Amino acid sequence: MTRIGKASELAAYRAELLKKRPADAKVVAVCCGTGCNAYGAQKVYAAFAAELAKQGVKDWALRSTGCHGFCERGTLVVMFPEGMLYQRVKPEDVAEIVEKTLKGGETLERFLYDDPVTGEKHRLEHEIPFYKHQERLILGQNGQLNPESIDDYIALGGYLGLAKALEHGADWTLEEVKKANVRGRGGGGFPAGKKWETCRNAKSDKHYVICNADEGDPGAFMDRSVLEGNPHSVIEGMIIGALAIGSDEGFIYVRHEYPLAVKRLEQALVEARGLGLLGEKILGSSLSFDIRINRGGGAFVCGESTALMASIEGRVGEPRAKHINTAIQGLYNKPSNLNNVETWANIPLVINRGAEWYTSIGTKGSTGTKIFSLVGKVNNTGLVEVPMGMTLRKIIFEIGGGIPAGRKFKAVQTGGPSGGCLPAEKLDLPVDFDTLWNEGSMMGSGGMIVMDDRTCMVDVAKYFLGFLKFESCGKCTTCREGIRRLHELVTAVTEGRATEETLQLIEDLSETVEAASLCALGTTATNPVRSTLKFFREEYLAHVKERRCPAAVCKTLIRYDINEKCTGCMVCAKRCPQKCISGERKKLHVIDQSKCIKCGICLDVCKFDAVEVK
Amino acid sequence: MTLNLTINGVRVEAEEGESLLDVARRNGFEIPSLCHHEAVAAYGACRLCLVEVTKGGRKKLTTSCNYEVLGGIEVVTESAAIRRHRAMVLELILAEAPESATVKALAAEYGVTRSRFAASGAGEDRDGCILCGLCARVCAEVVGANALTFRKRGDNRQMGTPFVEEPQTCIACGACAWVCPTSCVGFDEQNGERKVHRWKRSLPLAKTEKGHAFAPQFQLFHFRKLAKLEADFYKKAPGER
Repeated sequence: MTRIGKASELAAYRAELLKKRPADAKVVAVCCGTGCNAYGAQKVYAAFAAELAKQGVKDWALRSTGCHGFCERGTLVVMFPEGMLYQRVKPEDVAEIVEKTLKGGETLERFLYDDPVTGEKHRLEHEIPFYKHQERLILGQNGQLNPESIDDYIALGGYLGLAKALEHGADWTLEEVKKANVRGRGGGGFPAGKKWETCRNAKSDKHYVICNADEGDPGAFMDRSVLEGNPHSVIEGMIIGALAIGSDEGFIYVRHEYPLAVKRLEQALVEARGLGLLGEKILGSSLSFDIRINRGGGAFVCGESTALMASIEGRVGEPRAKHINTAIQGLYNKPSNLNNVETWANIPLVINRGAEWYTSIGTKGSTGTKIFSLVGKVNNTGLVEVPMGMTLRKIIFEIGGGIPAGRKFKAVQTGGPSGGCLPAEKLDLPVDFDTLWNEGSMMGSGGMIVMDDRTCMVDVAKYFLGFLKFESCGKCTTCREGIRRLHELVTAVTEGRATEETLQLIEDLSETVEAASLCALGTTATNPVRSTLKFFREEYLAHVKERRCPAAVCKTLIRYDINEKCTGCMVCAKRCPQKCISGERKKLHVIDQSKCIKCGICLDVCKFDAVEVK
Repeated sequence: MTLNLTINGVRVEAEEGESLLDVARRNGFEIPSLCHHEAVAAYGACRLCLVEVTKGGRKKLTTSCNYEVLGGIEVVTESAAIRRHRAMVLELILAEAPESATVKALAAEYGVTRSRFAASGAGEDRDGCILCGLCARVCAEVVGANALTFRKRGDNRQMGTPFVEEPQTCIACGACAWVCPTSCVGFDEQNGERKVHRWKRSLPLAKTEKGHAFAPQFQLFHFRKLAKLEADFYKKAPGER
């Protein structure tokens, strides 16, 4: 690999690459993101490699790519340049696909996406409702490049943003990021340009640039997909940041549980250094900057900036008070600019295409796009990237395809454990930083959990409090004891041991935990319980006053019974793990309540609607 | 550099680098705290020293122990909201240390005489410890023995010794027992031995030439090393050293 000695030579390098890969090249792209890998994507990829060779196919190239986002339908295979999508492809299907589709040009209907709502089949990726309403500025490249190839990234215009930034200088770069009003995607929504400026203006012999890749919200995997699918976009963003801030050393703090992301990053760093895009005198300029990877042990609290920096320093990952913020006094007490993965990945776009273009996407206060991990009771789960300001309804019902099995929408939880639950009447809210915050929830890093009418909101609050009481570092009283006590009190509600005074105590204690905790883990921890109390108070009251769980979830408060619709088929009796259902063939069955563990298997297996839960 | 600020409307002076808690107390304003001690660095764990600071028109609640004073800030050390939060914090703490006279007295000042929360029930038995960390911080920052540490996280957090064993670097000096706000460490001398109960540490005492036990031998060894004293330093009478 030869170093590219000048910013202007990058374009020439790219032109050479493009000669070898015309826009109409035939490529089979197999999604090898984490979701598809779990479905066996590696085997599908290997099968394609073997079949292409066996059947002597020369005009199709094969590419292993990062996450395409539509994890629900993996393994995904996209055929370029047309963009036909085959979904749920298994290794045993590959021989037929190579023979009939790649060689014969035939469309195999059974691999096409069929809309669960309309029943319509779609051939092309971008026609599918899941993709049609998205604006995939960040994730879109995932399907088009091999994350282990820097040439793929450069061919798509990668590092041109860096070249442009170097050409225009640090001041211009900072101004552009400020004008674009890129707000921090990690949850806080703080304007990145402002943070950069604070850090750059802090007098010091050393400035650090850090990428927060300690993604820890339950159900969230957007940062992982960016790192695994397009590591160079993050690296390029950091180098541009280093230029604007005046830094020569950067860190990527990434979870040890993301081994593929670590591997891809390591490889990407080596390739970038090889081309002279990282290290001494980048692209022949006066900028010298290098990045080190720091693996985190998986503590949720290490996503908090001061805890993260303590952890990089080799100390226990516990937050400290931020009376002086980390942009002025951070890692090793030096000015340190921390942004999250998605924020960094936005930077090359801003520089490349300009602040004016960037601010045309999204809303006035929240520019650009945001990636959400859309999960829970929704037809199309996966990663979705939409312009800021899109309504919750559009995301959940048009992109997400609505609620499965004809159930009713009940709530959507945004922002992970620190976010809140919003009810149906809030579905038309635009999703941006400020709107969600004002409703008692938050954008967070982009978790979006959809819940149907079989979800108990008290149980949801209990779940998140349970997560946080374990993930709190335990340093300060209000977070450690406060969350633990809130969990205790909410548990009492779910078990029918609470009174209305308990609800008052929950509210009072929440107020103190929010006001008095040391870091944002504590100050936002009460959002799930407070928002459910606000929007679903009736449900709390049913648990408290009537000792009843309306969604039939809280085990202490429910019972299963068999009604007269029972045909005596005996299926439930056979499947009951407690063997506590008795009855003769073709006669009404009965559940022994003293032995029933309320697992709900009888309800699930009964074909006659004969099992009731109350 | 001298800084000017106001506390509860009164103009006071402070030096750069001073903590707000120190400045307030020096000027006669009472602020409660349980995890703070002048001998060690501020930690900000108990959350009792909350005050309201207005800076550049923006008001926020913050702990005063780890807040370095700034010129021009306006501080309020008591308000309805502050009292309410302190009372709640004390109710949480009282459930962990119901026997502690210090905690009981402080809680009573805020109108808390019983806790609505069940007795401890934490993941690990705490036995009166409120996890303020003072013992470990004194041991590390003042004594230099580093015999104590926090273990685990969240509601399983514990204060204790490495590997839950008798701490090999503990000199049984008793500083931990001295600073403990809930007196849950426990410390005594009997039959020529000094014991620190909570850490299950016991060390034989050194004797003077006349046979009076006065300090653990290991402690004297530690002190001699720290202060670079002669080997027979403690053998000599105070006047002859």
